[in-house]
Amino acid sequence: MTDTNELIRLTAAALAEKLAAGEVTSVEVTQAYLDRIAAVDGGERGVNAFLHVNAEEALAVAAEVDALRAAGGAEAEALHVLAGVPIAVKDLIVTVGQPTTAGSKILEGWYSPYDATVVERLRAAKMPILGKTNLDEFAMGSSTEHSAYGPTRNPWDLDRIPGGSGGGSAAAVAAFEAPLALGTDTGGSIRQPGAVTGTVGVKPTYGSVSRYGAIAMASSLDQIGPVSRTVLDSALLHQVIGGHDSRDSTSLPDPLADLVAAAKTGNVEGLRIGIIKELHGEGYQAGVENRFNDALELLKEAGAEIVEVSCPNFQYALGAYYLIMPSEASSNLAKFDGVRYGLRVLPEEGPMTIERVMGATRAAGFGDEVKRRIILGTYALSAGYYDAYYGSAQKVRTLVQRDFDAAFTVADVLISPTAPTTAFRLGEKLDDPLAMYLNDVATIPANLAGVPGLSLPGGLADEDGLPVGIQLLAPAREDARLYRVGAVLESLLEAKWGGPLLAQAPALGELVEAKEAK
Amino acid sequence: MAAINRDDVAHLARLAHIEMSAQELDRMAGELAVIVDSVKSVGEAAGGDVPATSHPIPLTNVFREDVVGHTFTAEQALSGAPDSLDFRFKVPAILDEA
Repeated sequence: MTDTNELIRLTAAALAEKLAAGEVTSVEVTQAYLDRIAAVDGGERGVNAFLHVNAEEALAVAAEVDALRAAGGAEAEALHVLAGVPIAVKDLIVTVGQPTTAGSKILEGWYSPYDATVVERLRAAKMPILGKTNLDEFAMGSSTEHSAYGPTRNPWDLDRIPGGSGGGSAAAVAAFEAPLALGTDTGGSIRQPGAVTGTVGVKPTYGSVSRYGAIAMASSLDQIGPVSRTVLDSALLHQVIGGHDSRDSTSLPDPLADLVAAAKTGNVEGLRIGIIKELHGEGYQAGVENRFNDALELLKEAGAEIVEVSCPNFQYALGAYYLIMPSEASSNLAKFDGVRYGLRVLPEEGPMTIERVMGATRAAGFGDEVKRRIILGTYALSAGYYDAYYGSAQKVRTLVQRDFDAAFTVADVLISPTAPTTAFRLGEKLDDPLAMYLNDVATIPANLAGVPGLSLPGGLADEDGLPVGIQLLAPAREDARLYRVGAVLESLLEAKWGGPLLAQAPALGELVEAKEAK
Repeated sequence: MAAINRDDVAHLARLAHIEMSAQELDRMAGELAVIVDSVKSVGEAAGGDVPATSHPIPLTNVFREDVVGHTFTAEQALSGAPDSLDFRFKVPAILDEA
């Protein structure tokens, strides 16, 4: 048996090979991750990536896989390549048998009567679900500080944010509490946490992964996608969750491309990679810019052709996003009315009408950022302002799409830093919503246009030693290109570093010791 | 475009069914004014001849046979309800008669 400390550091692809070869059992792997969660996730200074740990069910699924493998024959042959490889699920995605909170008090203790399609697919692949990960309330935020259950801490520096909204999924993977996780990305909630935690995150083409069972924030922007430590691991997971679903009316009918093969292509020769003029330079931290330039240099040496493209309308993307997203969110969150599920709060005095119960319930159940976005969305949609705000934002959306279309006539893939800065300190931007929103400036255009994006580790910034993310963008339905270029860039960078970036992350020994001291 | 003030926020909070304290209204009005100001440029960018995009990937409607599929039992549908009675959601008074 492999040492558990080594075991949790293996990639999902390596784990899958060891499981198939019988070198390790899924119960051993799953238990090793549960032990790691117990060691580093809880306590005052713990990572706090998990809102719920699903030990019993995860171990049962692991034991089932081990039994099937041990028995051999057709059933063992038919096991999915990731069977027995554990995974964590963002707590915005509904699961039978585990609570789903969306990071909100309004859903505290709520159990979904059905599984999200992506969860059904994880179960069909027999992947043990380790638990549900922390997030900004209803996925609204860029730091996980808007979670009603306390912030997640960045494993690289426990006083810093892990990004958001999917900070829990990214931190869980970065802290070796899970090899894989599911995230959701409405304006960067998979990619930006990936960038600041030194992990990989992919927002697939809009509609290419079913959103059935993901609690909706902004329906025309939301997308579920993979979170992992390597590009290949994301491809393997994407392959499990992707493909058409008749229960999602926006699900694309297209068959899924072979993303794993794309990740194994191994060359970028002759590919045209476009630098987006508007998404680097001014406003980007020097260390971020330096690592971005390093990545360009490596791709050039590998035979890619680097071109510059201009997307002049991206300057309006953030504004359009902060009109469209709250508008859709204000409508989607109207269903939390204290009647059908979740919290009900009665007014302290006066008549007990349903209107007043709703007002009291939503006042107590929603946090500040959620209220802010609901009010902003209600404003943008109100009579007299609709054309000026929501209408104009939808026109900007067309302009952003046109910019992408033009860029993709001269480039096969676009590249930019994922986020303008490395991880900031917990509390640093909490009182300044606008500063918080600026984190998503480079990730939002992809959501507006529905195109896929991937963030991978680009190294550490010189000034603070924290991870920098590199973002790749491809035309809609061309997710395979992201995996091809991402895997090549990753292997070039790892050759330069002498191993994965996460090997340089703190071991979190002080958390383990604090736990053992108790 | 007009600036957003405290009275607007109070009105919007009523529309959105969120009770807000005086203090909350003050703070929210200040924050929203800054945010609304920052998104103003959106109106300048988009001329009248640009079509609006509501959905990133063009899709056409599809139909299926009208057959009974999976449905929840009443127990399942009510499992998360704050209050229920006789397999129904129990709600506070709809009209102000209590």
